[in-house]
Amino acid sequence: MRNERCCAVSAADSTAAHRKPRRLVSRRWAPYLFISPFFILFAVFGLYPLLFSAYVSFFRWDGVGALRWEGLGNYVYALYLEDLPWSQFFSGTFWADLYERDFWRALGNTLWIGLVASLPQHLIALPLAWFLHTRFQLGRNATLGIYFLPFITNTVAIVLVFQAMFSAQYGLVNSLLVGLGTWQLAGVQPLAWLFPTELVDWGRPEKTKWVVAFVVWWRYVGWNTVLYLAALQTIPQDLFEAARVDGASRWRQFIHIALPQLRPMLFFAITLSLIGSLQLFEEPYILTGGTGGVIQEAETSAMYLLKVALNEGDFGTASAIAWLLFLVVAAFTALNNRVLKPKD
Amino acid sequence: LNLQRRKLLAAGWAWPLLARASDPLRVASYPSLDEGIKVARPLYAARGDIQLSTLAYGDHHNAMLTSLMTRTSLPDVVGIEVSFLGKLVESGALEDLSQPPYNALRHAPQLVPYTVAQARRSTDGALCAMPVDIGPGTLLYRRDLLQQSGVAAEQLLGSWADYLAAGRQVKARSGRFLLPNASSLCNLILRANVPSGQGIFFDRNNQPQFDQPRFEQAFELARQVRRDRLDARFTAWATEWVEGFKRGAFVTEMSGAWLAGHLASYLAPDTRGLWRASQLPAGAFASWGGSFYGIPAALPADRKLRAWRFIEFLATDLSMQLAALKQLDAYPALRAAAQDPFMELPIPFLGGQPARLLWREASTRIPALVLNRLDPIANEVMTGELDRVLEGGKPVVNALRDAQRKVLRRVRR
Repeated sequence: MRNERCCAVSAADSTAAHRKPRRLVSRRWAPYLFISPFFILFAVFGLYPLLFSAYVSFFRWDGVGALRWEGLGNYVYALYLEDLPWSQFFSGTFWADLYERDFWRALGNTLWIGLVASLPQHLIALPLAWFLHTRFQLGRNATLGIYFLPFITNTVAIVLVFQAMFSAQYGLVNSLLVGLGTWQLAGVQPLAWLFPTELVDWGRPEKTKWVVAFVVWWRYVGWNTVLYLAALQTIPQDLFEAARVDGASRWRQFIHIALPQLRPMLFFAITLSLIGSLQLFEEPYILTGGTGGVIQEAETSAMYLLKVALNEGDFGTASAIAWLLFLVVAAFTALNNRVLKPKD
Repeated sequence: LNLQRRKLLAAGWAWPLLARASDPLRVASYPSLDEGIKVARPLYAARGDIQLSTLAYGDHHNAMLTSLMTRTSLPDVVGIEVSFLGKLVESGALEDLSQPPYNALRHAPQLVPYTVAQARRSTDGALCAMPVDIGPGTLLYRRDLLQQSGVAAEQLLGSWADYLAAGRQVKARSGRFLLPNASSLCNLILRANVPSGQGIFFDRNNQPQFDQPRFEQAFELARQVRRDRLDARFTAWATEWVEGFKRGAFVTEMSGAWLAGHLASYLAPDTRGLWRASQLPAGAFASWGGSFYGIPAALPADRKLRAWRFIEFLATDLSMQLAALKQLDAYPALRAAAQDPFMELPIPFLGGQPARLLWREASTRIPALVLNRLDPIANEVMTGELDRVLEGGKPVVNALRDAQRKVLRRVRR
């Protein structure tokens, strides 16, 4: 009997001893279990498509049939560097020929629109944020909200409104500009030198990119203002007060205190603009009805990529273009990193 | 208890059949073509339910392409506009309807000839879709505006030179444009002068044909139109194009016969009675649009058969084709429907002109074009080069040479 109890106790001890490490194991795995939904979803919807597109970029695939090994063929086809007049590299002929080639034209358009839309965004958002920070106490948030409104408004709605505004025959922009240009005072048109006197065809190839860039600029200037204003609010007021005591004007405070302190945010905002510009799709797509405009002057790389995949049914080349674009984004981000990233 | 068990068992066996009976036929379509399905519903009600899903024109075709490629979310019946037909037919993802149990080619003599040829695969002649309506090309013109400029309608219909001369007269006297865009003239000439059995951009051997004289003629005429400022530079379906119809910005437009229906219903209903239709200038006959239905090859056999019965009904049932003609003004692909007395009725929007008779004649004279999988690419290359001619002053010969080179590069892959 004693022996039985003894055995029973030792058995219970042994069970408890076994239970303890099991609980430890489950505790060790619990965090992974809780965090696993993100990783599973990321693996399925993020990582797999990424890796598959890298894989497909080395094959010829129309999306229906079997994959056929192509090696670097898709990259060579997309880049289309054959028969380029390399000897005339420093002349316009070379660049005109390069611009005639789809990938390079789309990349050129993307960089052009990106630069023309993004640079003024930051050049205006920075002083605007400073102005709101220093001069606006009452109604700052309401004013900021108005600037931010284009960013949160549906892109399709925005673009359709702009499309109607820039209509050559019936648009508001032309009515306004031509109205000013043809305004008469004592029988003369005093503003004719500054404004057009005839309807401007905004669909002309040389103007399409400007219209797209304007819409993009208008949409994102508020976003950047919010970013810079948020960063300005984190700068200690003591610095500005000390500068004021020393007699520094607001301009000098902006240049010598605010701007250096904003450097991390500048880096972040410019990186966002860079990535957004190189992925630009919605605005030019809707404004040009998906065609890229006359002579595809406003066709961006993302639009070209979509065209190659869906119109041409060439998913291998489309994937190769996507990875080439990734390299371009990475190169520009590295450059931005080198120039603007704060050095500790 | 035994009786109850038996009832339960019977219900269990019958459930799949009952579920099948209530399982609707899934039809994927796009705006305006989906109206035909709505017309078909009551006529087909006794044979089964139809579940219609509609997406915008471009989205629908992209979604279908994705579905067919990935073999997921496949509808039973796929609506296809002729611009996307070549790509979908050549993809191999649509069922060959010429094979048993469909044997669709037995219906071919009942259909407008050129439209059946469009749905056949170039490699093996497989019939991958059935036509339900066609778009015979027509010239629509504003009679009142021409009269104001002292131009008779007959002046538009001689040679292309006569058409342009009439446009110059209109421009000089009223300032109005002859047509919305020079590129539509170019497209028409390319489509009208194709020898039967050839493609618009490719020959039978899959080789681009930009070196053919019809391309040079089309580009040169478009260049003249732009040079003389006879076109308004409006892109079809853009806001300005729609406003142009309402405000009489241009006096003619070349398109499919269906455009008259669109003008009457929503584009410019206030211009009722002012428009007239005629055959295309210079004795040209061309197809401008057309709708088809196909079946995904990856569907199970029983669903494919159900889908086929519905497509057969849409394409070959006289009452259905007439209902679509009368209610939607969809020009029938079934020849018997085109013989109906309804075709002789005056069209109020066209000032009481019995224009359907013109379109019936045109439908018998339109050449049968062979579609190619790469047609959309060739079309895009051509449009780009035409833009360079019209906007950038690029010589026509150079533009066509570059177009040939670009398309050839794509073909050789």
